[in-house]
Amino acid sequence: MTDTVAPPSAVADSKAAPDTMAWDSGLRRLMMIYLPLGCFVLILLFPFYWMAITSFKPNAELMNYKEHNPFWITSPTLAHIKHLLFDTAYPRWLWTTMLVAVGATTLSLVASTLAAYAIERLRFRGSPYVGLGIYLAYLVPPSILFIPLATVVVQFGLFDSPLALILVYPTFLVPFCTWLLIGYFKSIPYELEECALVDGATRLQILRRITLPLAVPGLISAGIFSFTLSWNEFIYALAFIQSGANKTVPVAILTELVTGDVYQWGALMAGSLLGSLPVALFYSLFVDYYVSSLTGAVKE
Amino acid sequence: MSVTTLSSPALAQRQPNWLVRLFDYKPFLVVMCLAPAIGLLAVFLTYPLGLGIWLAFTDTTIGRKGEFIGLENFQYLLTDSLWWNAVFYSVVYTGIATFGKFALGFWLALLLNNHFPFKSLLRAIILLPWIVPTVLSALAFWWIYDPQFSIISYLLVDVLHWRTSNVDFLGSPWPARFSLIAANIWRGIPFVAISLLAGLQTISPSLYEAAMLDGASAWQRFRYITFPMMMPILAIVMTFSIIFTFTDFQLVYAITRGGPGNSTHLLATLAFQRGIAGGELGEGAAIAVSMIPFLVFATLFSYFGLARRKWQQGEAND
Repeated sequence: MTDTVAPPSAVADSKAAPDTMAWDSGLRRLMMIYLPLGCFVLILLFPFYWMAITSFKPNAELMNYKEHNPFWITSPTLAHIKHLLFDTAYPRWLWTTMLVAVGATTLSLVASTLAAYAIERLRFRGSPYVGLGIYLAYLVPPSILFIPLATVVVQFGLFDSPLALILVYPTFLVPFCTWLLIGYFKSIPYELEECALVDGATRLQILRRITLPLAVPGLISAGIFSFTLSWNEFIYALAFIQSGANKTVPVAILTELVTGDVYQWGALMAGSLLGSLPVALFYSLFVDYYVSSLTGAVKE
Repeated sequence: MSVTTLSSPALAQRQPNWLVRLFDYKPFLVVMCLAPAIGLLAVFLTYPLGLGIWLAFTDTTIGRKGEFIGLENFQYLLTDSLWWNAVFYSVVYTGIATFGKFALGFWLALLLNNHFPFKSLLRAIILLPWIVPTVLSALAFWWIYDPQFSIISYLLVDVLHWRTSNVDFLGSPWPARFSLIAANIWRGIPFVAISLLAGLQTISPSLYEAAMLDGASAWQRFRYITFPMMMPILAIVMTFSIIFTFTDFQLVYAITRGGPGNSTHLLATLAFQRGIAGGELGEGAAIAVSMIPFLVFATLFSYFGLARRKWQQGEAND
């Protein structure tokens, strides 16, 4: 925690940036920018700090604020994480979540790349309307769909199977990815494709050899976004999966680990921490793509 | 179009494979490319949407096919105080949370728009609440709101001595409602801030220079340049935010499950409780369908109410 507070105070007394206005004195900058910014960062990060510190605290410290400073650990322990990994089906839940997220992401990427290519590059009559239709699909929230979808999933005999989630998640991933990729395809000069057509390449060859390699940043953005969204999905996973072994991490922690009246906060927080780490790591590797896709999709 | 027709005969001579020719036939290719996306969306989105509206007019339960009963479900909901409660809280939740998210998010975006070191690192850190699975951060909030070991209570009681007793965050209706709203705002700020920051960066600095030369104050520059220029992006982000806040499910389900005494049910959690947990699919679907008018209204309001300014300014600055 101290790390995150340190940069503002450390830079506050350094020289102001050259392009700041004359009235922008150091103190004013400190009060107007660094102080509120520090508060924002503190509040936005505190729950994660709290989550992390709770998962390494022994129960004795967890329940005794009088003798132990709650903001720090005096004797860190791995007991909660050990309990999670060896006494519960946590590894299995992680594996299921990973499988579902990777499956749904792959499926959505393939479907939306083809759709975006058709809408943006093949330019048939009515392609703007297909694009608009796909965009509108993004505005349908899962909360409206989960009850009828549950009956559809049962009809298909997919109830309680991770395959149901892999097939259902594209409903909110495909609209987003398609719009993101349409934007990327737009930025690739059409002349490149024309040249290839003149040279006798087929449409599919053009897609594979020219358009896709140039759209790799867009594909990465769409992939990361899809992966985090499927990892985080909750309501469908809660409604369609019943057996403990097939649950995804968010659902399993809430339904399998929360037992009885005395909550095992250490284990719960350790579970949350471990469940957040894969997305956080994945995200930190591709931050720039993520931010560009988030803002790009909004600007479209 | 003309390019294809020109090149395909030449191609056919070199590659007599009919499959290759078929894939170069544009209508076929269009259908093939759209099939996966449209197919998935039709089967798992459009069809369930229609089915949901149909279910709302039936008395289907889990394991029993229902019959058409007309508006009975909706008539029942109108007399159901729990449904009215959920409508009330959904509106309050969406209203306050959206206001909080946008006020704080806009502020954060303005702060981030300044020049300072480690800016990209900070931007990356700030998005974390948005990246991490909502349920997992909701669990952290549940623990922060714990009646006995809440860290906020500890701060207020033992460190600052502002209160003498622990805060009962989730034990009674109004504190529980506001605790959930606070968690929702916490989660929503990053998305709003980063989206609006992208909008802020597109505003040309020359506008501010011109205004400064004319002697505009900081507030005037914000009010007459930043705010109007941000309207289009604000409208879109707000539309999304309202839709997904109104239909929120995870936070409430994870922290209170609608309690205490059903006071924090949103329409989505009530629909889940009745439809999936209670097995009354028809009634659950009716509750879910009853969200649609609110969503349409909120979307039209936020989109046209805010985007109107855009065409008043003319087309040029799109």
